[in-house]
Amino acid sequence: MSLGDLSVGQAAAQPNRAGSAVELSGITKVFGSGNEAVHALGPLDLAVEAGSFVSVVGPSGCGKSTLLRLIAGLDSPSEGRMLRYGAILDGPSRDVGIVFQDHVLFPWATILENVMLPADVFSLPKAAARGRALRLLEMTGLKDFASHKPHMLSGGMKQRAAFCRALLADPQMLLLDEPFGALDALTREELSLELSRLWQDLGRTALLITHDIEEAILLGDRIIVMSKRPGRIRLDIPIDLPRPRDVNTAKLPRFVEIKQLARGLIFTPEQD
Amino acid sequence: MTGASRTSIAQHAITPAIYLALLIVWEGSVRYFNLPAWVLPAPSAIAITSKEWAPELLFNSFVTLRETLVGFLIALVLSLPLAVVIAFTTTTRRIIYPILLGLQSVPKVALAPLVILWLGIGNWPKIVIVVLVCFFPILVNVVAGLESVPKNMLDLMRSLRAPESVVFRRLRIPIALPHLFTGCKIAITFAVIGAVIGEFVAAQEGLGYLILISTAQSQTPLAFAAILLLTLISVMLFYVVELLEKRLVTWTP
Repeated sequence: MSLGDLSVGQAAAQPNRAGSAVELSGITKVFGSGNEAVHALGPLDLAVEAGSFVSVVGPSGCGKSTLLRLIAGLDSPSEGRMLRYGAILDGPSRDVGIVFQDHVLFPWATILENVMLPADVFSLPKAAARGRALRLLEMTGLKDFASHKPHMLSGGMKQRAAFCRALLADPQMLLLDEPFGALDALTREELSLELSRLWQDLGRTALLITHDIEEAILLGDRIIVMSKRPGRIRLDIPIDLPRPRDVNTAKLPRFVEIKQLARGLIFTPEQD
Repeated sequence: MTGASRTSIAQHAITPAIYLALLIVWEGSVRYFNLPAWVLPAPSAIAITSKEWAPELLFNSFVTLRETLVGFLIALVLSLPLAVVIAFTTTTRRIIYPILLGLQSVPKVALAPLVILWLGIGNWPKIVIVVLVCFFPILVNVVAGLESVPKNMLDLMRSLRAPESVVFRRLRIPIALPHLFTGCKIAITFAVIGAVIGEFVAAQEGLGYLILISTAQSQTPLAFAAILLLTLISVMLFYVVELLEKRLVTWTP
């Protein structure tokens, strides 16, 4: 089953493949003030091309989650300018779907109700949204669990449901905040390959935050390596590996090469 | 019969067996030490008196149950909207909440004579006392519930640009529901106590009144019967609330 027949009408138009989905210039983020101020991020410039998959990797505490929250519009930067599809970015947008590190499913609602949350919030037509939700659940292997409560599902299944919810309203951009961080290694690999296929079918913009270098390379068109706090961009290179990618991609010499490069940068201090 | 079902029957039988043993020890001690009935009546004496006084006991139980339930429901109806207002408007919160918390610290029992003074000796003063004791546990728990929404769930709603009305309906109410039941379970047991206190201070009917007059006339077995019924009412009401909770709160947080 392909994802092509999944459009719900609202944002069915092909995404604008030219230009930037997100453009950040001179962004910094400082938490607190005075002596207790923590300089978390930047200054940093970043443009995410529409339709591309960008992986951001960095050591923990490098401000990569802060970066995602800024792009999501959940926080505002201390300095700098942010654009989303050419317009000033000053808050969350319904064209952006977010998958958080923990699934954030409502324990009192069924999986189907959880997946349909955006439709309820946006007041989308019920029947069409339900159809789309069921198709998403079928594609992610959760069809038989539509009427189950989240606590009856495994961690990987809950995260799949969270993906379905993020995709329900067919957002132009997907923000992924270490979506596999809480999962075991096997489930991680399986889910990330699944996501890779899903994204390739969808052709939407995606930004993945992760601390896992292999995951970043396997999924991305481009990898951005961040420095320790305050987070800055140390490396920004395209990942010129063929798609579709699978478990064997990790054995390619080019994969290993990019991995060594990124790993080297993460583990050596910055030279000013 | 299998071993497993035998154990399960044994487990179910153990609680009644202990109660039965306690009753036998009670009965035996009263007979052995020859205690007068006005000090400590034997269970058999209580049973006989209960049978003799059955109509009066039933009627007065009904009176106390009615005061308890009406007071509890009024407290529920009053506290829910107030909890919402307190949880959502900072000004109201700053002004009203400290006053309410202060009032909560006043022993409501001490207010009973005043309430009777103001409202006379009908049903209403008892109901007002029940409202007073029920109101705060429900209010405080619901306010806490409405505010205990996890930040990541709020972030999710914000990322969808959900209006506050949707956040309230889809997120805050379900989150607050278990807290509401915690408040109700505390309140319902307080409610019975509140009704009895009201009846102690001034009343012509109710189980509290019955205890008062029966002890004054050394009818101790009747007082015991009334106390037993009060306990039954209290336990029954608690389980009704718990049953409702199990029906409505079907998830594990």
